[in-house]
Amino acid sequence: MRMIFVLFAAVTVISAGVTAFSRNIVHSAFALLGAFAGVAGIYVLLAADFVAMVQIFVYIGGILVLTIFAVMLTQGLTGVNVSNRAVGRIPALATTLIAGAVMLCAILKTPWYAAGARSIAPTTYGIGNAFLGAYVLPFELASIVLLAALIGAIVISRQESRE
Amino acid sequence: MVNGLTLNDFLILGLAVFLLGVYCVLTRRNAIGILMGIELILNAANINYIAFSFFGGGGANYDGQVFAIFVIMLAAAEAVIGLAIILAIYQNLRTIDVGAAETLSG
Repeated sequence: MRMIFVLFAAVTVISAGVTAFSRNIVHSAFALLGAFAGVAGIYVLLAADFVAMVQIFVYIGGILVLTIFAVMLTQGLTGVNVSNRAVGRIPALATTLIAGAVMLCAILKTPWYAAGARSIAPTTYGIGNAFLGAYVLPFELASIVLLAALIGAIVISRQESRE
Repeated sequence: MVNGLTLNDFLILGLAVFLLGVYCVLTRRNAIGILMGIELILNAANINYIAFSFFGGGGANYDGQVFAIFVIMLAAAEAVIGLAIILAIYQNLRTIDVGAAETLSG
């Protein structure tokens, strides 16, 4: 179990590192695949099978493909400013490390409530009940949000013929 | 402690992914790179939700997983709108440098 966790965590962190540090935006986009897949593995390890499938469908099948489309639509692949930096490396690294140190202290010092683990069992029944029970209003609002996003994206990115 | 894994392992993994996402957002000038950083940050948040859901006793309580699914849904909407805006900026300015989108400044 520990080995599986270390494997998925390594895939996730290394891919996320390539995404964050690569100078080439295309490498970043493809490294994102490893990060999303590794996170999906972590979800399976944590008995969240349905969320893992949603992660693979929505993130890898949807968002990642969309991102790669956008990368290839907006730049020549060999363009000069494929990926240039805004804040310098050093200030960004310092900010990140300070924030990380604070959060690491918080994680290690807090006595987390741990009541024991969820059993490895299918979760779709419970999630479906939650969506149509306690969470029915956010669930319906989510569909409106997605419809608005769909229409908005079409309106924004449409090639208007201005004559 | 379950099979040699503790809650802290997953929280630290989430922290690492979150920090890499923050670094990505801070250092990119490419708008699509910034969106990638945001996706990493959202994934880190989801790892925490699922980990707390797993170690918080489980049973018939699926709140953490439901929240994670809502986060994934909003991430999809955000990516669609963000990329549409980026494509619109690119059509008008022929660049996706976030420093160049300043035509509104006087």
